[in-house]
Amino acid sequence: MGNKQTIFTDEQLDAYQDCTFFTRKEILRLHGRYYEMAPNVVPMDYTKDPDVKLPMQLIINMPELKENPFKERIVESFSEDGEGSLSFNDFVDMFSVLSEMAPRELKAIYAFKIYDFNTDNFICKADLEKTLNKLTREELTAEEITLVCEKVIEEADMDGDGKLGFADFENMISKAPDFLSLVILREDEEMSENH
Amino acid sequence: EDGSELADTGLETGRASRLQSKNQEKDKEVKEDKEEKEDKEEDESKEEDNGSQQNRASRRKNYQRKNRDGKKAREEGGQKKDRGKTAPTKDQKESENKEKKTTKRGKEGEKKDRKNSTSSASSNSSDEESLSEEELAMLKEQVEQKKKLISTMRNKPWRMVKKLSVLREAQDFVEKFEGALGKGKGKKLYAYKMMMAKKWVKFKRDFENFKTQCIPWEMKIKEVESHFGSSVASYFIFLRWMYGVNLVLFGLIFGLVIIPEVLMGMPYGSLPRKTVPRAEQATAMDFSVLWDFEGYIKYSALFYGYYNNQRTIGWLKYRLPMAYFMVGISVFGYSLMVVIRSMARNANESTADGDDNNFIFSWKMFTSWDYLIGNPETADNKFASITTSFKESIVDEQESNKDENIHLRRFLRVLANVLIICCLCGSGYLIYFVVKRSQTFSKMQNVGWYERNEVEIVMSLLGMFCPPLFETIAALENYHPRIGLKWQLGRIFALFLGNLYTFLLALMDDVNEKLAEEDVVRNITHWTLLGHHNSSAGNDSTVTPPPLDPADVPRGPCWETTVGIEFVRLTVSDILVTFITILVGDFIRACFVRFVNYCWCWDLEAGFPSYAEFDISGNVLGLVFNQGMIWMGSFYAPGLVGINVLRLLTSMYFQCWAVMSSNVPHARVFKASKSNNFYMGLLLLILFLSLLPVAYTIMSLPPSFDCGPFSGKKRMYDVIQETIELDFPLFVAKIFSYVANPGLIIPAILLMVLTIYYLNAVSKAYQRANAELKKKMQMQREEEKNKRNNKGSTNPMLQDLEDLLTPSTKTESPPKQAEDKKIESPNGTSPVRKPGRGEFQAGSPMAGGRGAAFTAPSQVFVTQPRTLGIRAPYPGQPRPWGHPLGPPPGRGRGQPYYPRAAR
Repeated sequence: MGNKQTIFTDEQLDAYQDCTFFTRKEILRLHGRYYEMAPNVVPMDYTKDPDVKLPMQLIINMPELKENPFKERIVESFSEDGEGSLSFNDFVDMFSVLSEMAPRELKAIYAFKIYDFNTDNFICKADLEKTLNKLTREELTAEEITLVCEKVIEEADMDGDGKLGFADFENMISKAPDFLSLVILREDEEMSENH
Repeated sequence: EDGSELADTGLETGRASRLQSKNQEKDKEVKEDKEEKEDKEEDESKEEDNGSQQNRASRRKNYQRKNRDGKKAREEGGQKKDRGKTAPTKDQKESENKEKKTTKRGKEGEKKDRKNSTSSASSNSSDEESLSEEELAMLKEQVEQKKKLISTMRNKPWRMVKKLSVLREAQDFVEKFEGALGKGKGKKLYAYKMMMAKKWVKFKRDFENFKTQCIPWEMKIKEVESHFGSSVASYFIFLRWMYGVNLVLFGLIFGLVIIPEVLMGMPYGSLPRKTVPRAEQATAMDFSVLWDFEGYIKYSALFYGYYNNQRTIGWLKYRLPMAYFMVGISVFGYSLMVVIRSMARNANESTADGDDNNFIFSWKMFTSWDYLIGNPETADNKFASITTSFKESIVDEQESNKDENIHLRRFLRVLANVLIICCLCGSGYLIYFVVKRSQTFSKMQNVGWYERNEVEIVMSLLGMFCPPLFETIAALENYHPRIGLKWQLGRIFALFLGNLYTFLLALMDDVNEKLAEEDVVRNITHWTLLGHHNSSAGNDSTVTPPPLDPADVPRGPCWETTVGIEFVRLTVSDILVTFITILVGDFIRACFVRFVNYCWCWDLEAGFPSYAEFDISGNVLGLVFNQGMIWMGSFYAPGLVGINVLRLLTSMYFQCWAVMSSNVPHARVFKASKSNNFYMGLLLLILFLSLLPVAYTIMSLPPSFDCGPFSGKKRMYDVIQETIELDFPLFVAKIFSYVANPGLIIPAILLMVLTIYYLNAVSKAYQRANAELKKKMQMQREEEKNKRNNKGSTNPMLQDLEDLLTPSTKTESPPKQAEDKKIESPNGTSPVRKPGRGEFQAGSPMAGGRGAAFTAPSQVFVTQPRTLGIRAPYPGQPRPWGHPLGPPPGRGRGQPYYPRAAR
């Protein structure tokens, strides 16, 4: 614990601890990583709550996100302006929700957001197609994609409106055996030791 | 006058004054710097940002309006008049405020007192006291609620900004009404708990990683699976499993038979059976001889003949013949047990996973990506494996949806089966014919190389050409590839079985010849030894005869070692053929296709030779039959298992490499059946088939008289009787003889049959029940679907989500409010006043003074609580407390208490 850290006030740190699944140390480490991405934009001193946002391009190049096919969507889902730039608050929020400690319900909400590409609060066929293309790097034929999307809707759509609402999504995902373990971003010591 | 009245009312009703004081505090914060400074010690909210202040201000506004709405009717006219009388000058108002402040402060102190000591004396009447008690309880409840909110804040799907502001609000509230009581402690405890939970999760994760790292070749197999699908991977998993089983067998045989013999048995050269005969000694070290497992290898601990029939060896008094026999049996016992157990487990697993078929595609779609992947290569593998698994499921799906001309299909299938049965019969007859011919050849002298090896050549040719033929015929049937694979496996299995049994029959003939030969040799040996003895005795009866060199002693053919050598040879040649086939058929072909393609007249990659596909059926059957050889041969050649372990080890690496380097995935990647019980079934069958000849030779053939651990006995199993008679007390032998009585064995077998019948019936009943339950679940799901159709979505989670999904409107509103406030505050009119004024205008035209705005609620509350109708005035707040959409604008600092209580 840095005794003389001046990045955050104690109140701020406490508040972050209450609002996330992180400890003091991890929050400071996250700040370190946030700072590193753009040292000349992000201030070291966060006690004044500066209004700084980093563009998506920087965030998605983090090692945790780089290989993720949904990295853009993840960042967009957590950005307050919906366009992908993250303030430090959003940044912490993202790692908190995607941490191992976050409960399934919370993850489900954000997972739904991530897969809802056109942000119409429904996962419709177009969203499914996009998801599928991202998952398979567009190696399936058009017929296969249509078939899979139809099957997904058929399986998970409970209210029969031809698209998945959040209730459908949650119902489906809550039964998945390995969902919780899969939507995890690991903010590891090894990855961020440099702070 | 007015001020005193206010003070009175404030003293009278705790709640009213408190609420009011909150409002006042708020007001001052906004307007009066001086007073704010005075209030510093109580007013923790100084650090708050403008947004949240504004938020509160607006909430209070809303709240006041509501108060008025609800209680206007009950307000006393006199009070209104009083208020109307109050001078609306600014100075007066200020003084009022100050007075209020002081009363409030006093009140605060009182309240704290009340909390710390159970009941402090106050000047209030008993009536008022009870009121504040009730209120206290509510307050406590509210504080609890807030605390709960604080502790679950991290689980709320809100934006961080909102979380922070709500958190601060709640904390302020709690702090205000509870002081700093135990807050820090709880936090520390929580942090500690959190840390431990994290450590635990990390430990579990590391342990899981460690466990998967301990599984050999897991990564290799995963890699193959991601490119070639689960069906190819299932072969490698089977191979790995085989390797495990063979490792155990190897440990058993080496630990209990070979190593004791090497360490404690008689050394090489001490006995005729442990010595290379004189005639062979010259060539015994030649490679060509060793390669045929003759020479020194034949007279080593790797084969049956080397072992001595001495009852005990070494200082441990190790009963080697007994151990040899028991190990031979336990090899089969262990294999049977392990195969059956794993079959049962697989069957269990396949039924356990059976009900989760509802969301195959959805789960694949939404949960297949592993967010922990950070390495590009792993990511590539993952993409490949996801694509493959989608393709597998698509094939399954298409297969289940297909309905074509069923009659044509049936006709084609029958035709294919007829053709294949013809093939099998033909090959069976061919083998029979060739074996017959070889018997006549064997009686003839000087036959050529081809005549001698005709059987082997014909069998390998059959083995080489029949499977592709079967595959071509199977194309007629148009089965799903998974089912097609099973058919193919079954057919090739039948072909190989013919192969195996002709081999066994030939071997049997050989053994019988050897047995006949042995009788002759035994007499010769007897006479030689006798003659040697006699001659030496005749020469010099007093001197002990010089021992005959063990190499010179005439010896029998030792058919056990011959059988062992046959199996070892077969295994080794099988290994070589497999490896060479892979090298030539896959690797060289792949190289050719890859590199010659640049200068060829047609596209080699897409056209005729193309790359090889991984031949699952051939490889699985090769493995299964190889294992059958091992089981049959291990009794007569204990070293065979060691060779097999090496073979499996190398073939694991070699085949993995070959698959990744020179094979292409199947055109239709299909998912392996969840349990590879089909492979296991084949293995069980081959185990049973290989048990038969071994059991036959043990039970009904006499062991060689001069080699092996059982020499000198009539039958091999005599070793058990011998041990029981000599090493166990008498009653054990008696019990054994009773148990071996047919009168006991036949009822026991009957009992077993009955048990099997019963258990079978029970399992059938369970299966039916299971199917029934599944059907019910399906029905329930349908019902749920229908229900959901009717039900509106009132899920709070959903509304949270909606809130999240409209970020633009949400984020823009707070700054606007802040701007409004900035514009307003310089005028000296607090935003609170607006609705207040409106209210009063409705009530009395004189109203509009600021002081009046504050007095109004206090008056209202004086009368209100007695009616216990607190809830009634707030019907317009049905939304839950934590709701992000509704309450924020309508919530004052202490106000949420009411709607909360109302719920």
